[in-house]
Amino acid sequence: MTTTTATELAALLDRVRAEREFGPNVYSTLDVLQVLYDRVLRITPETVDDPDRDRFLLSKGHAVAGYYALLAARGFVPVGWLDDQGGPTSRLGDHPDRTLVPGVEIGSGSLGHGLGLGVGTALGLRAQGRTEPRVYVLLGDAELDEGANHEAIAYAGATGLATLTAIVVDNRSATHGWPGGAASRFTVNGWTAATVDGRDHDALHTALTGHDHHRPHVVVAVVEEGE
Amino acid sequence: MTAMTMRDAFVTSAEEVLADPRSMIVLADISAAAFEPAAARYPEQVVNVGIREQLMIGVAGGLALTGQRPIVHSYAPFLIERAYEQIKLDLDHQGIGAVLVGIGGSYDRAAAGRTHLAPADVALIDTLDGWTVHVPGHPDEVRPLLRDVVCGRDSAYLRLSTQVNAVAYPEAGDLRVVRDAGPGAPLLVAVGPVLDAALHAVADRPVTVAFTHRPRPFDTAGLRALAGTEVILVEPYLAGTSTRVAAEALADRPHRLLALGVGRAELRRYGGPEDHDRWHGLDAAGLRRSVDAFLDA
Repeated sequence: MTTTTATELAALLDRVRAEREFGPNVYSTLDVLQVLYDRVLRITPETVDDPDRDRFLLSKGHAVAGYYALLAARGFVPVGWLDDQGGPTSRLGDHPDRTLVPGVEIGSGSLGHGLGLGVGTALGLRAQGRTEPRVYVLLGDAELDEGANHEAIAYAGATGLATLTAIVVDNRSATHGWPGGAASRFTVNGWTAATVDGRDHDALHTALTGHDHHRPHVVVAVVEEGE
Repeated sequence: MTAMTMRDAFVTSAEEVLADPRSMIVLADISAAAFEPAAARYPEQVVNVGIREQLMIGVAGGLALTGQRPIVHSYAPFLIERAYEQIKLDLDHQGIGAVLVGIGGSYDRAAAGRTHLAPADVALIDTLDGWTVHVPGHPDEVRPLLRDVVCGRDSAYLRLSTQVNAVAYPEAGDLRVVRDAGPGAPLLVAVGPVLDAALHAVADRPVTVAFTHRPRPFDTAGLRALAGTEVILVEPYLAGTSTRVAAEALADRPHRLLALGVGRAELRRYGGPEDHDRWHGLDAAGLRRSVDAFLDA
């Protein structure tokens, strides 16, 4: 499988950045995005409309710079789109819009919407008898503050929604924290969980493919504060 | 006349449309017992998420993203008001649609108090673009309306109520003249279950009465064809909800417009729907007072 080198990605990210300062959320998400697109997701620019593709839903829509860079690196969008991100004729906003960007599954930006959409996507695929595609939803630890997530976590766990994987990039940004760890909010509801170093690609890969086919799975990718 | 309620008609019709494997029902406990037979027959197509309205709409959005056609059902305030951002973002912003079916109307359960009243539901949906809103006035109107909107891909809101008219008009998306007072007569447009009270109110006045169960998209061509100088809107939800569309439709002609409906003030009174009709001036006597004051001014 083709991989995207950190150098390539950094160069693309620089084109999106255009002299602006990025917050820690952009960098903390890069490694997990790389592992997902290089080693986990069964989706290519040719299969963005294939009903049997894996789904990747970026719920924390502000982590968009690395996402756009990766979509460009993998050929989903032209690299030239990166240079005018956010401009009046750009298709790339500060939050992604699925109707404007090939390969983007959901428009996001307001926190707490992706997991519910992911649950519905998994249910829709199941109703169609599609058992192969997996639904991955990427969230942040601060995003877990939004109560809508907990509606989805409880329901998916109670009903054993086995094709769903949540990824929580934990950069310790939740104002009141998650004592006992973010994963415990999922496991108490019947999810399987793996908490790993969010910089360690092999560990991320193992965790992201560690679901048991019976229960929903969560991967907590821990990244040090400020990274 | 059938004794079936609008909710009964909805449950029966919804089970019929589940024969299409793309159709799905999404519930948040409300009416779950009524859908048990459907859930037993179509276990993958009936989803009850529990008392979780944000998830209910999010799930509908996810289903639609995969190409399924979600029918989402709950009590009106919980369906439309509690998860409004999900309606805006998980449906509209994603460029996908769902069919929302609400029960409870403005004050079907008046004794339950403010938490179970939703007079602003149609106004809230009207902040969004491209929605169809159906407000049937009789249980026999529910089945064809549901089947019609489920066949589409866009979003629709079916607003069901326990308040009903004596006669069903299944084909009344466009304005349908129920009582014709001749050219130039004042026009009263009744939306959904307020028709009978409106007919009683103007029984001995030369007022043309037209009915519609589809306030959105409003039949503006029909309004222009029927309207003289005086137009009276009677809606079973927030007064003035359709003032905007009527005023725009008639912008190029001199006209006077009276918009009647449910008031904004929280009454903090219980009783039944008929009491609230009276307090909001939507019973026949109250409508008559308002119409007289408007036409005799």
